[in-house]
Amino acid sequence: MRLEGRAWKFGDNVDTDAIIPARYLNTSDPRELAEHCMEDADPEFPSKVAPGDIIVGGQNFGCGSSREHAPIAIKHAGVSCVIAKTFARIFYRNAFNIGLPILECPEACDDIKTGDRVAVEADTGRIYNLTTGKEYRAQPIPPFMQEIVAKGGLIAYVREKLQENK
Amino acid sequence: MAGMTITEKILAAHAGKDRVEPGELISASVDAVLGNDITAPLAIKEFQKTGVEHVFDPDRVILVPDHFIPNKDIKSAEQAKLVRDFARGQRLTNYFEVGRMGIEHCLLPEQGLVGPGDVVIGADSHTCTYGALGAFATGVGSTDLAAAMALGETWFKVPESIRFVYEGELPEWVGGKDLILHTIGDIGVEGALYQAMEFTGPVIENLSMDGRFTMCNMAIEAGAKNGIVPPDRTTEAYVQNRAKRPYKFYHSDGDAKYARTVNYDVSELEPVVSFPHSPDNTRFVTEADTVEIDQVVIGSCTNGRIEDLREAAKVLEGRRVHDRVRCIVIPGTQEIYLQAMEEGLIATFVKAGAAVSTPTCGPCLGGHMGILAKGERAVATTNRNFVGRMGHPESEVYLAGPAVAAASAVLGRIAHPKEVK
Ligand code: SF4
Repeated sequence: MRLEGRAWKFGDNVDTDAIIPARYLNTSDPRELAEHCMEDADPEFPSKVAPGDIIVGGQNFGCGSSREHAPIAIKHAGVSCVIAKTFARIFYRNAFNIGLPILECPEACDDIKTGDRVAVEADTGRIYNLTTGKEYRAQPIPPFMQEIVAKGGLIAYVREKLQENK
Repeated sequence: MAGMTITEKILAAHAGKDRVEPGELISASVDAVLGNDITAPLAIKEFQKTGVEHVFDPDRVILVPDHFIPNKDIKSAEQAKLVRDFARGQRLTNYFEVGRMGIEHCLLPEQGLVGPGDVVIGADSHTCTYGALGAFATGVGSTDLAAAMALGETWFKVPESIRFVYEGELPEWVGGKDLILHTIGDIGVEGALYQAMEFTGPVIENLSMDGRFTMCNMAIEAGAKNGIVPPDRTTEAYVQNRAKRPYKFYHSDGDAKYARTVNYDVSELEPVVSFPHSPDNTRFVTEADTVEIDQVVIGSCTNGRIEDLREAAKVLEGRRVHDRVRCIVIPGTQEIYLQAMEEGLIATFVKAGAAVSTPTCGPCLGGHMGILAKGERAVATTNRNFVGRMGHPESEVYLAGPAVAAASAVLGRIAHPKEVK
């Protein structure tokens, strides 16, 4: 699966209140959440982000609350992939569970600048900066997570498991 | 073979194994699962997609509407209704309605719904609070909750553990909140990423349950998967008349393997404040310049328990909240509220000019009951001071323990309790 778009760069410790402030959590409608995605970190983000765009973070991306509304807001804002140096663990699980591709790659995060065109092969973990011509390799996705993704997310995985138990 | 930590032992027992190793992926049974009015609606939608008709156990799926409750607007009322209807339809025994409800992480231990040796997951990051009981408890998202509601089990990667050893004499006005803020300030907000924080040493042995809850509550603020305290007589005294299920004490082996050990001598500690906009941006209160404030919040799953209210009342007794300050006190549960009333603490707060609220998360997450305007500053006994956490993106939150919060309310600026004359 090849994903391609413009890079939006953010710093370390982007927290879930920055991704989707709690004042909008009185709904779980993905489109409404997407309208406010990242707005406290960059007020222009929700209106300017284009389908396919890629968020590039630093350390501990998605720290803070367990709200699954955070990866949902990112996904429905049109973002195709998040690359970070490391992810906070609940965000990491949530992203896989809802089908938002995420990759860990410190070198790419240091190099890529806002506005660069970036392409990602989610299955192999290869990242290409089309603006500079550089290429990176992300940490491989753990096999168990790959299995969840291959089955179509955690809920599909659960359905299958329940069938087996019958 | 090396021994195991308490976290590893609890996980092994729930995975049906003799031992587990850090990094290992396991499928573990869960003793209780939790959702709230923000996370449960998403989980319920996902649960319905599994095709399962009934949750794995109506006694162990616990739903606590506490965030935007009592409903702050029509949208949150709709969300709350969805949770309520689901709870009724599934005949859940542990759904808590307004008037019986409390902040989830104060409520579950108090009601004996979680206990020592349990594995608990909750669609709320501060589920790690229950580690104070000697349980393995961690936060997950709504889809993970949905899967566990259907299966009664979930998957984990066994975390490495960091051992924290606290020694020395706790000075006056220094408590669990100061210990954990100091620790987070030291190791950073990613200092325990994916790891278990095991809190040990003589200071922890002498710490009350409420202090232990406060410490484990904020393990997530260091990126940890769970916080945990070895269960002891203090734990036993707390759970014996509450536990609704059998419980079991686990202890780390002497030769258990830790990623590292961190030692603190607490004798020279002072009350700690986390400055905006990160919990690890800590200073001793005496090192803070004059920071004038507009609001004080005393409550939350971190510091909304009876001991916290007692400590705040000790400072506010016979004094007045500063003219410029709105001081909002929020007992964590109805039981805490009632006890505070019987002890005269509520009267102390009201006489001091503070507002006392029914239990709710309220302002802690910028929901309602005390939102900050642009440029305003609050001292709060809560756990997060991210940008916009309590309101306007240009407002500021300073995290502290209840005594510092109360002293700041009186003086209108960040203050040490001993400054209050
Ligand atoms: S009191 Fe604050 S931190 Fe605790 S559960 Fe409620 S919103 Fe979350």
